[in-house]
Amino acid sequence: MVTEPVIYNLGKDFEIETNIRRADVREDTGWVILELKGTEEEIEKGLNWVASKGVRVDSISGDLIQG
Amino acid sequence: MAYLNGLKCRECGRDYPAEPLNVCDFCFGPLEVAYDYSTIREVVTRDRITAGPLSVWRYKDLLPASGDNPVDIMTGMTPLMKANNLGKELGLDNLYIKNDSVNPTFSFKDRVVSVACTKALEFGYEVLSCASTGNLAASVAAHAARAGIKAVVFIPGDLEKGKVINAAIYGPTIMAIDGNYDDVNRLCSEIADNYPWAFVNVNMRPYYAEGSKTLGYEVAEQLDWQVPDHVVVPAASGAMFTKIWKGFNELACLGLLDGVEGMSFGEDQNSVHHPEVKTKMHMAQAFGCSPIAAAWNNGQTHVVPVKPDTIAKSLAIGNPADGIYALKVIQESGGSATATPEKTVAEGIELLARTEGIFTETAGGVSISVLKSLVEAGAIKRDERTVVYITGNGLKTQEVVENAVNTLPIKPTMGSFESAFNA
Repeated sequence: MVTEPVIYNLGKDFEIETNIRRADVREDTGWVILELKGTEEEIEKGLNWVASKGVRVDSISGDLIQG
Repeated sequence: MAYLNGLKCRECGRDYPAEPLNVCDFCFGPLEVAYDYSTIREVVTRDRITAGPLSVWRYKDLLPASGDNPVDIMTGMTPLMKANNLGKELGLDNLYIKNDSVNPTFSFKDRVVSVACTKALEFGYEVLSCASTGNLAASVAAHAARAGIKAVVFIPGDLEKGKVINAAIYGPTIMAIDGNYDDVNRLCSEIADNYPWAFVNVNMRPYYAEGSKTLGYEVAEQLDWQVPDHVVVPAASGAMFTKIWKGFNELACLGLLDGVEGMSFGEDQNSVHHPEVKTKMHMAQAFGCSPIAAAWNNGQTHVVPVKPDTIAKSLAIGNPADGIYALKVIQESGGSATATPEKTVAEGIELLARTEGIFTETAGGVSISVLKSLVEAGAIKRDERTVVYITGNGLKTQEVVENAVNTLPIKPTMGSFESAFNA
């Protein structure tokens, strides 16, 4: 995974502008806080592709729904 | 008045004005309240606190909303009970229960919502909102009713009727979303961005979360201005866990704890640790949703989100916003995090009810079960002063202890009664 340019391909293959705000990438694991700009449809398609690569995508604010 | 300097990004340290914001524009880190502690230090005293109302607002000088006209349904100052029976069963001589299940809407959420609602009125909002599966929705609806403003609460479409009634009785608009957990989160995030509403745990979040500090203040005050050796706290987002720790350390730094010299808060107010605060912070999660405990026990500095699958619905946050900060608190305090097996949750509820006469919801069952496992593992010694936080009322989750009901059917005769009773 770490050798694959996922964010580069997300911007190249979809109409999405990506901007890394914070990140911590290590040999076996990592996370990136990424700003995405694009249409809702294109972002949906892009994130589905990212998920198909085995990357988990979550909102930066965490879960909003609480007990 | 509230003694605030503004908001500060927890990650990059950028400053923001005290406005309804929760995320740093620059690094997307969470914003936290930055206090004017030099003024607070001059104003606050133990006498001033104890002369205040019997609610969380006795600590108004340490809260981020003005306590002059708070939205107060008399939340807080809940009992701290010495739990001799439970202690005897577990092998502890100094066990206390902080029973927060007796708040006005029967959970600790009243603490955070009271602060958020008061701040929302200061900002001029006319709608109070949240997404919830239970406790938070009820508290938001109740405080909006008290404040005379509108409440809009979002719930999953399949939420049990009893939980809906707990919120509905206060007269909010309830939107029941036909979708899964992720759908509800996503929709609410979009609505929060597009409507001029005070979402308590979104744009009000920096202020809202501070309300949990009162759980730390009260325990210290009730222990004659001392902090316990151990606390056991249930965790969902991890915010309450970090704020109890912050509450203890604020009191210490302000010189309000017995025999403790105050000290400076330093540059990073949210990470301050007074060396005299030696409380070990133990986090309790249920196995079916335990991302923070998993990270702690795997030695990770980040939290991997999970899909919640637990009977402890009030703790079912799979992507906890404060997870990494909770991990730091565990490390700093020398505490722990435990994921208790799901089957022990009901056992914990029954144990507390049977020994101390307190009926807690599932989160309390998680705490009691984790307490038991910590004692068994030798992490808590017999004479150490230990406080377990019980944060919600058992009437909210009666279904999980249905098997505890055991009636003896008899005929209306003395003979039938005596034979059944003596059997």
